[in-house]
Amino acid sequence: MFEWLHIAVPPAPLFFAQLLVGLINGAFYAMLSLGLAVIFGLLNIINFTHGAQYMLGAFCAWFLLNWAGIGYWPSLVIAPIIVGITGIGIERLLLRRIARLDHLYGLLLTFGLALIIEGIFRQQYGSSGLPYTIPPELQGARNLGFMFLPNYRAWVVVASLGVCLATWFVIERTRLGAYLRAATENPILVRAFGIDVPRMVTLTYGGGVALAALAGVMAAPIYQVSPLMGSNIIIVVFAVVVIGGMGSIFGAILSGFGLGLIEGLTKVFYPEASSTVIFVIMALVLLVKPAGLFGRTA
Amino acid sequence: MSAVSLERGKTAPVAVWLWTAGLIALAAAAPFFLYPVFLMKALCMALFACAFNLLLGYVGLLSFGHAAFFGTASYITAYTAKVWGLPPELAILVGVAVAAALGFVFGYLAIRRQGIYFAMVTLAFAQMVFFFCLQAKFTGGEDGIQAVPRGYLFGIIDLNHPLVMYYFVLAVFLFGFGVIVRAIYSPFGQVLKAIRENEPRAISLGYRTEQYKLLAFILSAALAGLAGSTKALVFQFASLTDVDWTMSGEVVLMTLVGGIGTILGPVVGAFLLTTMENYLAQAGSWVTTIEGGIFVLCVLTFREGIVGVIAPYAMGRGARPEPPPEEIQVEEHEVEKLRQAAGEGD
Repeated sequence: MFEWLHIAVPPAPLFFAQLLVGLINGAFYAMLSLGLAVIFGLLNIINFTHGAQYMLGAFCAWFLLNWAGIGYWPSLVIAPIIVGITGIGIERLLLRRIARLDHLYGLLLTFGLALIIEGIFRQQYGSSGLPYTIPPELQGARNLGFMFLPNYRAWVVVASLGVCLATWFVIERTRLGAYLRAATENPILVRAFGIDVPRMVTLTYGGGVALAALAGVMAAPIYQVSPLMGSNIIIVVFAVVVIGGMGSIFGAILSGFGLGLIEGLTKVFYPEASSTVIFVIMALVLLVKPAGLFGRTA
Repeated sequence: MSAVSLERGKTAPVAVWLWTAGLIALAAAAPFFLYPVFLMKALCMALFACAFNLLLGYVGLLSFGHAAFFGTASYITAYTAKVWGLPPELAILVGVAVAAALGFVFGYLAIRRQGIYFAMVTLAFAQMVFFFCLQAKFTGGEDGIQAVPRGYLFGIIDLNHPLVMYYFVLAVFLFGFGVIVRAIYSPFGQVLKAIRENEPRAISLGYRTEQYKLLAFILSAALAGLAGSTKALVFQFASLTDVDWTMSGEVVLMTLVGGIGTILGPVVGAFLLTTMENYLAQAGSWVTTIEGGIFVLCVLTFREGIVGVIAPYAMGRGARPEPPPEEIQVEEHEVEKLRQAAGEGD
C-alpha cells in the first residue's frame, strides 16, 4: 500500500531494535528535560550545565567502580547525591548572586560552568569514551519472538519511566510539590507565608541536577563514559524543551519519549535525517504553536 | 539585557569617531609589528563579534547559534572559490547572501520566542546546520575544504601577498563595522534600542517590532557571514570548527568580555581572546576551562565588560551619569513590605 513511497521497509528485528534505541534516547531526553523544566520553573534560568552534570553522573559511577570498587546499584544512589551536592554548592555560591539580574546571565554563567567542567574532563580523559560494564544481573537478552531485548535496555526504559512518574507524583500530588508550584507561580507571596523559598530554590536545583546525574549513571553502560556525552545531548534536549514547552511536567515526559521514538523511526526510514529531525520538528512547532505543544503562552 | 551604551542621549558620537580614527591608524600600522595572520584572524573574529553584539547589545536578543551563519558563509565561500573558481569578491558575496538567507529563515522562526527560549532555539538551529555540514557532500565532512585559492581581487589585486590580504581584511572589517555603527545611530537603531528597553511600549507606539527584530537578525547574520567568508579566504580553509557550537559560545564570550552593547567592546574582546588562544595553543583542553572561567568571572563581577567600564572615562566624563537600571532591587523591597504587613518585620 505504501509502494509509491519508495521506502524499503526494513526487516522486523532491525525495525524494533531501532525503535528500542529511540525509546532509550527518549528516556534520557525525558529525564533531562524534566530536570531542566523543574529548575526553570523555580530559578527562571536554563541550566546549561545540565549536560555536564549528566556527564558528571556517568563519570562519578565510573570513579566509584574503578577507584572504590563500588558497583552499579549503589552508584545509582551515591552518584546523584554527590553531583546533587555539587549542584547545591553551585546554587549557593554562584547562581544566587545573579538571581536578580536578567535571566540571560544565568544562561551565560551555567554555560561557563559547563565549559569548565568539560574542559577539565577532556584534558584528563581525552575525547574517547571509557567503558562501563553492564551489571551482571542485567546482562544478556531475552528473545521476544520478533526481536532480542537486551535486559539492561529494558531496565533503563522501565526505570526512567518510573523516575519520571515519581517526579511527576512529587510535584503534582504532594505538599512539598504544592509549595514548589506555588513558589514557581509567586515566590514573594509564598515567602510571606513563612516558607523558606531560598532553601527550596537550593534544594530544587540540587534535585534537578541529581536527576541529570541519575540519567548519566544509567547511560554509562549504554553509551561510553565520555567527556563529550553531555554537550552532545544537551542541545537536543533544549530542542525537546522548546517543542514540549516548559509549562507542564507531563509534557516534558511525553515529548521526551515521543521525540526519542520519532528519532528512532527516522533512523529506520531515512537515516540521513535522524540527527536533524528533532530540530526540524522544532521549526514546525515554532510555526504552528510558538509556546510549545504543552506550554502555556509565554 | 540592558547594558551601558557608549553614547549618552543622542549626542553626536564625536569621541567614538576620534577613537575609531586612532584605532584605524593603529590597525594600518600593525602588520609591520605583529604577525599578519594573527591580526587577520582577530579582525575576522572582531567583525563576527560586532555582528553578534548588534543583536545582543542593541536588540537584547541573545543568539546562541551565530556560528551557523559564520560557518555556512565560510563553507560557501571556500566551495565557490575553489570548485567554481569564483573571484574572491564574488565568493564572499555568495557566502554573505547565503548567510543572510539563512538568517531570514532562522530569524523568522526564532523571534517567535523571547529571552531564554530565543537562545535555545537559535542554538538548536545552529546544531542542525552543524549536522548538515557534517553529512553534506560538498563540505568534505571531517576534512573540511582545504587549499582554497585566495585569487585576485577584482581580477587585478593579488591576495596571496600577506600585506595585501591584510589590508583587504581590514577594509572588509571597516566596511562591516561602519555598517553596524551607521545602523546603531540611525532611526532604525533607535527603534531597536526602544525594543530592547521595553518592547510592549514600542509596540504601543506603533512600531512593528517583529519586522525590526527580523531585519536586525538578518543584518547580523549577513555580517557574521561576511566575517566567516573572509576568514575562509584568510586561512584558505573551511572546517567544522566554524559551525560548531563552541564557536557560538566564543563569540558570546568575546562580546561579554569587551562589553555588551558597546561599539568597540566586541573588537577589544575579540583581540583579547584571540591573543589568549594564540598563547594557550599548546594547553589543549585547558583553553576551554579557562574560557569557562572567564565566562563565570565576567557574569559575576564584570558584566559591563572592559569597554563598558573604560568608556565613561575615555569619553571625557569622569563619573558615570546614571547607574545601570537593570539590577532590580524591587523584589526584596516587596518582600520587606509584605513582611511588615504581616507584622513580622522590624
